[in-house]
Amino acid sequence: MFSFCADPKAIEGLSWLSCYLTSTKHLAFYGSVGTVLLLLIITAPFALAFGFGGATAARSPMLPARILGKTYIAMVRGIPDIVFFLFFVIALDQGVEYLKSLAVCDGGLWPWQGLEFRVCKEAKVPLATSDAFWHDAYGFTLAVVTFALVFGAFVANVLFGAMQAVPRAQLETAEAYGMNHSQVFWRILVPQMWVYALPGLSNLWMILIKATPLLFLLGVEDIVYYARELGGSKTQAYEYPHPDWRLWYFLALLGFYLLMTKLSEGVLGRLSARLSKGQATAAGEAMRKAAA
Amino acid sequence: MKKLLLATALAGLAGTAFAQDVVRLGTEGAYPPYNFINDAGEVAGFERELGDELCKRAGLTCEWTTNAWDSIIPNLQSGNYDLIIAGMSITAEREEVIDFSQNYIPPASSAYLAATADVDLKSGPVAAQTGTIQAGYVAEQGMTLVEYATPEETIAAVKNGEAVAVFADKDYLVPMAAESNGELVMLANEVALGGGVGLGFRSSDTELRGKFDAAIKSMKCDGSLDAMIVKPEYFGPNAVVFGDAGKEGC
Repeated sequence: MFSFCADPKAIEGLSWLSCYLTSTKHLAFYGSVGTVLLLLIITAPFALAFGFGGATAARSPMLPARILGKTYIAMVRGIPDIVFFLFFVIALDQGVEYLKSLAVCDGGLWPWQGLEFRVCKEAKVPLATSDAFWHDAYGFTLAVVTFALVFGAFVANVLFGAMQAVPRAQLETAEAYGMNHSQVFWRILVPQMWVYALPGLSNLWMILIKATPLLFLLGVEDIVYYARELGGSKTQAYEYPHPDWRLWYFLALLGFYLLMTKLSEGVLGRLSARLSKGQATAAGEAMRKAAA
Repeated sequence: MKKLLLATALAGLAGTAFAQDVVRLGTEGAYPPYNFINDAGEVAGFERELGDELCKRAGLTCEWTTNAWDSIIPNLQSGNYDLIIAGMSITAEREEVIDFSQNYIPPASSAYLAATADVDLKSGPVAAQTGTIQAGYVAEQGMTLVEYATPEETIAAVKNGEAVAVFADKDYLVPMAAESNGELVMLANEVALGGGVGLGFRSSDTELRGKFDAAIKSMKCDGSLDAMIVKPEYFGPNAVVFGDAGKEGC
């Protein structure tokens, strides 16, 4: 980055450090913070949508929808994350390529041959010839889908509980006013359930923030991967040899995660205050008294 | 929405089709001097130079990709890359699931690296990387094995006392000992394991394997492979080379 960095083994002290901290690999490390934030921002609404769908299905009056919702919640919650991230992703990837192969390959050979998965090279996603960027983007997309599915199941369980927690009297009153099932659901149940769901959802959010190392299983390089990779002791084969510095890198990560937690708590606190307004809960009651 | 995203991704990819065929090389990127990610963020090391040379000789366009060691074989079989070039020793167990090229590093010694020369290996525990022939050997010998996901962690385990020694390829350990300022020492006993290091292919990919086999053989014949192995930045002048045995049938 700087002109004096041309021969890193000849420099020392602060200039060495400034070169070291601006090496291409370090820049990629700083960039991976963006990758993680992007993943969180995209995954959270998807997980919420999956969860809402799952919870709605699980308490639906129709039996097939109920079975579907409950199976989704039970299955995903029951499978260890690491198994899910190792095998589900490979299966998802193969499923996508299989569907594409039906459209673009001629002479359809069943792709699962023993241990191998074989489709014609036109059906590869991304194609072997495409840019590294597309490989990364595809891996990232798979990651978002997988995270949204896994966390969606937990969200579904939280929302299911929250829906059950809304006082029955509220729903009965709405029915007495002549609202039908979907009106009661959208106008009474959904606006009131969030305050019950928020503690559970905030837990999930915190877990999601810290779950990003699972990304490396999908080939996406996140901050923990880089901290481990950069911090590990480097022999003379590297431009910037150094002993085991993982402690310092992990301390930097600690700072990052504490900052994320602090920011999240601020946002969640405000959200909780807003949602409690006028609710038949202890927090809502306290607000009423304070206002009076 | 999810489908929409995938569809957009697919549409984007379709535009780049119909270029020349590309062979994707999968490596670990954490095992210097075999393969590592250098400070520029690129794959470097012995296997980088070797892989590029083999692709040139076979007339192929190659691209590098990294994958965690744990899932390096499943992802090969799933077709995410076309071959494994990651310091992988040829063993009978792995031959059952993938096919190997001829070796490009002769069967080399595995060795122990410990904090002092007089450690008791039998009572252990001894550190090794998960899924390596060394880990298998330690377990077979009845020593207590502790496994780690990356080579780096096995060294750290000895430094902080979690293990008395690490058992790995000697070529990986020698520079570690040399640069530890006497903190770590090589033990005298060495063991020859496996059939050397080879490229891993899907069993169905015989055509691609043939091309790389021919390229490796041609490098053995003109001596350029041996010359690459003994480069000081890789395995050094004392490394085991193919020599005249590699020139048979040229």
